[in-house]
Amino acid sequence: MPDQQPNKPAGVPEDSSTELSSAFPETPTLGAMGAQPLLEKEDLSHTPPQSAEAVSVVDREVARSLWQDAWRELRRNPVFLISGVLIVFLVLVAIWPGLFTSTSPLTCDLSKSQLGPTSGHPFGFDTQGCDVYARTIHGARASITVGVFATAGSALLGTLMGGLAGFFGGWIDAIISRIADIFFGIPILLGGLVFLSVIPSQSIWVVVGFIVVLGWPQIARIARGAVITAKQQDYVTAAQALGASNSRMLLRHIMPNALAPIIVVSTIALGTYISLEATLSYLGVGLKPPTVSWGIDISAAADTFRNAPHMLLFPAGALCITILAFIMLGDAVRDALDPKLR
Amino acid sequence: MASPVSSVPAEEAIEAAVEKPVERGEPILQVRDLEKHFPLTQGILIKKQVGAVKAVDGVSFDLYQGETLGIVGESGCGKSTLAKVLMNLERATAGQVLYKGEDISRASGRALKAIRRNIQMVFQDPYTSLNPRMTVGDIIGEPFEIHPEVAPKGDRRKAVQDLLDVVGLNPEYINRYPHQFSGGQRQRIGIARGLALKPEVIIADEPVSALDVSVQAQVINLLEQLQDEFNLSYMFIAHDLSIVRHISDRVGVMYLGKMVEIGSDEEIYEHPTHPYTQALLSAVPVPDPSGREGRERILLSGDIPSPANPPSGCRFRTRCWKAQEKCSIDVPLLAVPEVFRGQSTPAAHASACHFAEDVDVVGAG
Repeated sequence: MPDQQPNKPAGVPEDSSTELSSAFPETPTLGAMGAQPLLEKEDLSHTPPQSAEAVSVVDREVARSLWQDAWRELRRNPVFLISGVLIVFLVLVAIWPGLFTSTSPLTCDLSKSQLGPTSGHPFGFDTQGCDVYARTIHGARASITVGVFATAGSALLGTLMGGLAGFFGGWIDAIISRIADIFFGIPILLGGLVFLSVIPSQSIWVVVGFIVVLGWPQIARIARGAVITAKQQDYVTAAQALGASNSRMLLRHIMPNALAPIIVVSTIALGTYISLEATLSYLGVGLKPPTVSWGIDISAAADTFRNAPHMLLFPAGALCITILAFIMLGDAVRDALDPKLR
Repeated sequence: MASPVSSVPAEEAIEAAVEKPVERGEPILQVRDLEKHFPLTQGILIKKQVGAVKAVDGVSFDLYQGETLGIVGESGCGKSTLAKVLMNLERATAGQVLYKGEDISRASGRALKAIRRNIQMVFQDPYTSLNPRMTVGDIIGEPFEIHPEVAPKGDRRKAVQDLLDVVGLNPEYINRYPHQFSGGQRQRIGIARGLALKPEVIIADEPVSALDVSVQAQVINLLEQLQDEFNLSYMFIAHDLSIVRHISDRVGVMYLGKMVEIGSDEEIYEHPTHPYTQALLSAVPVPDPSGREGRERILLSGDIPSPANPPSGCRFRTRCWKAQEKCSIDVPLLAVPEVFRGQSTPAAHASACHFAEDVDVVGAG
């Protein structure tokens, strides 16, 4: 003990070194509470019996790609779990509304107009005397369909255009980027009021098409940036040096490495597209009756909110939960795919 | 020369030449007056060229079959651009790259693909040169997918495992991802990918500068062993002079886009005649303290001039202590200097200096 004295900084009581060394093995339990299970797991894999060292090395080096890492991260994220359960439920509702209600949203009884919740009709009735619960359940299909297909469409178009612009650069980039800027510059609500009011057909696909046309530039910008970043990596040069064709470089090397930000932005966009559909329907230029949509119901209920608030609150609540679920999913996916946040 | 009419026969000539065997000691790659200028443009809509960055500006040298040619020079002297132009990753602005006597600097299509089989590259940074989304098997197997004639489909997995074995990695690692390997192991994977097509020439662009010193030696030894095994010719680009001396048979020194001196490693390291080479060598750390005391360090003043606006005459004159009027007028040619012409001393090698003299700066002799 005395010969250690000179090494210690001045002013440190002599006991502290022994205290420290006795505390050292317990360090994991002193760690942050949230990290505790992780540390314990690490600890187990780090201190295997000497004879089993080879086995443990194999165990720890199980092949893991970024996607697998992201999946592990997601499974532990409560935000992902909550939003995932909600989304699965919403998709079920959208595909098989009959599972949740046997009442038709279109058989209405005017004598029950604006009645509040009663037994068998938990959400009450709207002005036309239709069952609000049935309409809320059936309205999910329009929202989810528009959200999913508009996102898929704008993600595909945006990735294609942004990918081509980023990969080829030069005048192709200049033209695509300027076209994207033009569409980006159109205020989406004003554009919706103008375009959708001149198109006579009000099917769900017109609304999907409109959202794709105005939504792709956002994805294209992200895709272009991601492709430019990936293109400058050495592994792309290496593939080129091997004689790889443009399509091979783009599909095998650049796209897989540029996909993460596109997925994140698309997932978040999904929520906003659902709210956009509701907004357009509310304004009377989106979906039209007899299509059942939350936006239409909210619009119809807005005038009588003070007399019959249930007519507004239930479809609006469903809409909020749906949008929230998708935006939370987008957030969780972004956190999982961004290694810098780990 | 590369008019549209003659391009088809040229392509066939290249494809025929690729198959030609080259004797040991014969030139396999001949570079003649190679230039790569990157245009500097001004204006938004109508781009006007206002100048050019002369990254490589009239470089000539030969690479002989079976040898290692080291290229040294400070950052920004055009080493990497030279490698990219030789690999046809950048198109040469002027000059020729003769591979077995055929100019490949303007090759395209099938001819280019055939050349790519025979000239391969090892990259500097093993952390960015491997696609993080692909397994090692896919990375090393990709050359076979691009050139299916090299290995039939059924044999590819075996071929990849053989390559892993050749570069000293466990063949069972085939399904792992690059991030599961250390820097040295990753560089071995990069080397295995370069070897997959059984090339004749490997251009290594600073292959060890991103690695730890202890790992550098392993990778260098691996490269030397592979050279013997597969009869490869290396062009080895580096800025670490000791490593270049260790691995190279001949050494070329570059400064600001030009080759200033070239010769065997003994000629360059023990009898440098160009002042820039002497300054470069005097900066090499000497492990022996007594040797360190006796030698004089040549400290260059000033920065490397901009390659967009290089000095007239000799490019090194702005930092050279020997510079005289003549240096700003006459461009010194890369040839055996007049003072040594006809002599059989080791100092009689190509050096682009008007006032070349033999100075032993390392103090090793």
